Amino acid sequence: MPAGTRAVLDGPEIDRALTRIAHEVLERTKGGHEVTLLGVPSRGVPLAQRLARRIERVEDIAVPAGSLDITMYRDDLRLAPARALGRTEVPESGLDDRVVVLVDDVLFSGRTVRAALDALGDLGRPRAVQLAVLVDRGHRELPIRADYVGKNLPTSLRENVDVRLSETDDQDAVLLGPSRSRTGTTGTGEEH
Amino acid sequence: MRHLLSTGDLDRDQATLILDTASELAQVADRSVKKLPTLRGRTVVNLFYEDSTRTRTSFELAAKRLSADVINFSAKGSSVSKGESLKDTALTLQAMGADGVVVRHSASGAAHRLARWVDGSVLNAGDGTHEHPTQALLDAFTMRNRLGRLEGLRVAVVGDVLHSRVARSSVLLLTTLGAEVTLVAPPTLLPVSVHTWPCEVSYDLDAVLPKSDVVVLLRVQAERMRESFFPSVREYTRNYGLDGERLGRMPEHALVMHPGPMVRGMEISAEVADSPRCTVTEQVANGVSLRMAVLYLLLGGS
Repeated sequence: MPAGTRAVLDGPEIDRALTRIAHEVLERTKGGHEVTLLGVPSRGVPLAQRLARRIERVEDIAVPAGSLDITMYRDDLRLAPARALGRTEVPESGLDDRVVVLVDDVLFSGRTVRAALDALGDLGRPRAVQLAVLVDRGHRELPIRADYVGKNLPTSLRENVDVRLSETDDQDAVLLGPSRSRTGTTGTGEEH
Repeated sequence: MRHLLSTGDLDRDQATLILDTASELAQVADRSVKKLPTLRGRTVVNLFYEDSTRTRTSFELAAKRLSADVINFSAKGSSVSKGESLKDTALTLQAMGADGVVVRHSASGAAHRLARWVDGSVLNAGDGTHEHPTQALLDAFTMRNRLGRLEGLRVAVVGDVLHSRVARSSVLLLTTLGAEVTLVAPPTLLPVSVHTWPCEVSYDLDAVLPKSDVVVLLRVQAERMRESFFPSVREYTRNYGLDGERLGRMPEHALVMHPGPMVRGMEISAEVADSPRCTVTEQVANGVSLRMAVLYLLLGGS
């Protein structure tokens, strides 16, 4: 771990937060029968998968989970060289008339979510769209809020929130450390 | 990457990035809204000095699916027919604020020249008998989709290599991506410098077919021929045309590709052209996704 970095959530705490979110989703959607989970790459995707499995375990219903890449809808494309695209996988049941829960690791400026809402509008017409995040670190730049939050984490703009998941990084942890040098202005909430 | 002039300029990572991006963008064709906002406010000029329906429409559709504004500029009925030079046309387009110029020209090297005159990105859509990078890329994309890989694939490029711009682009690209290319043509239809290309050369189609995973057929470009390169169409077809009998001697999984337009009865028989192993229409569909990928990677960033 780099100097000055500390873990704000460890593996079991992430587990518990996801279990709680799973219950909240079931409660708010009255049984979760119309729920489709869409993870935002990269780390939202494994989180959406985990959440789907957890909901299935609690209520014994199959919850479709997929991914939604927002690269082509970003508002800062012109500030950096063209980025590689992530995967978009819409579950077979489609998105029309579903309750779509967007899943991401960190909610920051809100720009990623804005892009995801635009992308969603081109893919179908969900009955409702909700947002689940593992960490809400504040500093919103758009009128956007999360429906389900794993942990509210007050941060300063000079800090960096790093979510690690065993699927991609060999361990589960949320790390808070000093900001790495970044170019340009505040990004889209995906500050790794 | 600023321009796409030659597939020889692409390293393996760049070429793979283009193909991967195209795979993702292929999904757009199946959506209810077949459009992405990515190039909103950007202008793409299609500058076509040669007739081309397929390539121009494909580029136009690709740019429109990315929300770019598209201007079609063809030599016929424009200032070019009044005697304007390529450079002056380029500077005119420049002054109009073109972010990308897709150029097709009968002179080899035209795209390279253009790239030095304009600030925007230049996409080579075919220059003389030199290169046609997006066609080679979409062919590679189609091969990868159908066969799952490019590494170690044995590809035969058959026909009029001398006048083809696809052949050179394909040889360079496929070699970069790890495939083994064999050019098959009568000696008169091979360029003199062919020994410097990173590929094998054969005059015998029947020897090459059984060990090929893909055969790319090239049209005999009669319109570029000012002398006689082979005795008769019948003799050409007998030696280098792909018919059902020859297709039967290829491996079970082997594909037949053609950049179009096909001349049935010459380089390809109707039976082969209509077989499910022939990917001609698939190549056209993939062409749009591939060109979207290239436009995005060249114009989408800073």
